[in-house]
Amino acid sequence: MTPPAETAPVIEEAAKSEYKYGFVTEIDSEFAPKGLNEDIVRFISAKKEEPEWLLEWRLTAYRHWLTMKEPKWAFVDYPEIDFQDAYYYAAPKRDEDKPQSLDEVDPKLLETYEKLGIPLAEQAVLAGVAVDAVFDSVSVATTFKEKLTEAGVVFCPISEAVQTHPELVQKYLGTVVPYTDNFYATLNSAVFSDGTFVYVPKGVRCPMELSTYFRINAANTGQFERTLIVADEGSYVSYLEGCTAPMRDENQLHAAVVELIAMEGAEIKYSTVQNWYPGDEDGKGGIYNFVTKRGICKGANSKISWTQVETGSAVTWKYPSCVLEGENSVGEFYSVAITNNRQQADTGTKMVHVGKNTKSTIISKGISAGKGQNTYRGLVKALAGAEGARNFTQCDSLLIGDECGAHTVPYIEVGNPLSQVEHEATTSKISEDQLFYCQQRGLDPEEAVSLIVNGFCKEVLKELPMEFAVEAQKLLGVTLEGSVG
Amino acid sequence: MSFLSVKNLHVSVDGKEILRGIDLELGEGEVHAVMGPNGSGKSTLSYVLSGREGYDVTDGEVLFRGENLLEMEPHERAAAGVYLAFQYPVEIPGVSNLTFLKTAVNAVRARRGQEDLDAINFLKYAREKGEILEMKDELLKRPVNVGFSGGEKKRNEIFQMAMLEPSLAILDETDSGLDIDALRIVSEGVNKLRTPDRSMIVITHYQRLLDHIVPDFVHVLAKGKFVANGGKELALELEKEGYAKFGIEDEAGSEAA
Repeated sequence: MTPPAETAPVIEEAAKSEYKYGFVTEIDSEFAPKGLNEDIVRFISAKKEEPEWLLEWRLTAYRHWLTMKEPKWAFVDYPEIDFQDAYYYAAPKRDEDKPQSLDEVDPKLLETYEKLGIPLAEQAVLAGVAVDAVFDSVSVATTFKEKLTEAGVVFCPISEAVQTHPELVQKYLGTVVPYTDNFYATLNSAVFSDGTFVYVPKGVRCPMELSTYFRINAANTGQFERTLIVADEGSYVSYLEGCTAPMRDENQLHAAVVELIAMEGAEIKYSTVQNWYPGDEDGKGGIYNFVTKRGICKGANSKISWTQVETGSAVTWKYPSCVLEGENSVGEFYSVAITNNRQQADTGTKMVHVGKNTKSTIISKGISAGKGQNTYRGLVKALAGAEGARNFTQCDSLLIGDECGAHTVPYIEVGNPLSQVEHEATTSKISEDQLFYCQQRGLDPEEAVSLIVNGFCKEVLKELPMEFAVEAQKLLGVTLEGSVG
Repeated sequence: MSFLSVKNLHVSVDGKEILRGIDLELGEGEVHAVMGPNGSGKSTLSYVLSGREGYDVTDGEVLFRGENLLEMEPHERAAAGVYLAFQYPVEIPGVSNLTFLKTAVNAVRARRGQEDLDAINFLKYAREKGEILEMKDELLKRPVNVGFSGGEKKRNEIFQMAMLEPSLAILDETDSGLDIDALRIVSEGVNKLRTPDRSMIVITHYQRLLDHIVPDFVHVLAKGKFVANGGKELALELEKEGYAKFGIEDEAGSEAA
């Protein structure tokens, strides 16, 4: 994974010269050199042939990032990250560098795919096997693309959208998560690799779950993913990010940004299944996942719903949030977070009620096993003008074993006398009674835990798109393997 | 070879001896009633046979169809055909009765080398068995035992037994907390499940259950030992004369084990 030795001088030279389109063609390198500076930011932007405004935006973000400090308030513990000791750009692997068949893939990974019931064809894509041109998914993807185009839905890599729909990207990028937002979001703004752009025009109901397409296409989105979804007036879209299958990545640090914008009467449903490599039993080698996700209900009667199943990563730092600006708008957050072995998760949401009669619901289910630490951190805020705002929060924690921890940190700020906020919280353990009862009926201890945990998470799992709900159920079981003796 | 053979079984809980030498021979298709006052060790007997943790066998052996039952894990015993109808059925929030049973039935089938039942066949099978216990569809869909009345919980235990088709069913105080109607439904259900290849151990404090489920043999348990063994008439005798006849004090209060 080291860049060719001759790369560095070439970049230096290129960086010294004035930025102009096309200089990338002169550099035949797969990687930018290690470290982060303005030249690297320029390099990334140039590689993607970005317009001047976007480069400027990246550079402004980068300069701002230099003034920021890594946040330390989350209940997670990890070694200091050396941001200069990482690569910020790597071109996608060429086919000849990929494994040529499933036979070359780590059998342990395949075993997990097997347990999750993932079809062979998809296993190949997930494991990064060089995909044959006649492979099914290509034609499937093309069919999807045609259908979407017919409906007027724009759905493409954000780097492509910058070229094909620059006015939309420029209008909305950074409007929900500004480049000044937080350390990781700012870093992402400076160096984001690629990601997804979705625009659903007025009154259009997106003809399919954007999940299926995504799953077979966007395996290689890189460590600084950037997603922007805009649902215009009266439209609807459901988007699923991630995958139940374990994904491995050489990059330990992941800092994604997701922005959602719902206009009047629009609805966005955003579901995530996050299963990045959690590290070994001692937590070594796992992904650090520092994500900023936020949606704004801009128009009246709009709705944004986040559903997440977080089972992977060594460290998770993530708070999908809703700004409820439009009157009568609705924000929802449904979350299952599991930590096993030495995993740590600090996750939750922010619901900011700005408009009148806005409503939010938070259902959070945290499960800790092994030596895992699980924290729910949430903010419910009703501004002075948010008369009639209502929130319901339910935070449940389930403990398996006696070496793990569950923590709940709810913040409630209400700025007017006409809002209603409810918070319910429970902590429970899987009881000996329940385990024995299940075992007496024929379930082995792992099947029993999986069943009990799935029951505990039911309210959240039922929010997932059907096909993923089934996979997610299996995933919970696989994640908790070995958590009972 | 007898179907179930318990020999000189001694069991301790937290170092305290609860069962002090139980001997029991159970033939195929036989129904044995174990009667005894609170604290005599009835529940301990049911738990040690089904494999619950925390019950230390200090002496004796249990052979089930010639195999050492005590060496098997609880789920292996279930697959081998041992079923316990719990005195206090356990709630599992968020898991519907049907999902629970589908998982259980297929787990047991897999261990018995049978194929999984698919969703449609399973539902058909569940409805068929549900009729025996007058289980309404709504009860099948509700989370396991959550919000069930006492009677519904006990009915559910027998319904699960019907689904899992054990060869040895242990009914632990299935009559406790039942009114007359519920008792009738439950015991009629049990009687319908009484077949020549299914043996049962019916544990109870009172004789009234045995009016409905008529046993082949009756054992009276006191202070961890069988103090009397006989036919069904032994239960009637006990009903008429009380445990005192066997020199047993029937103390009220909760069962110790």
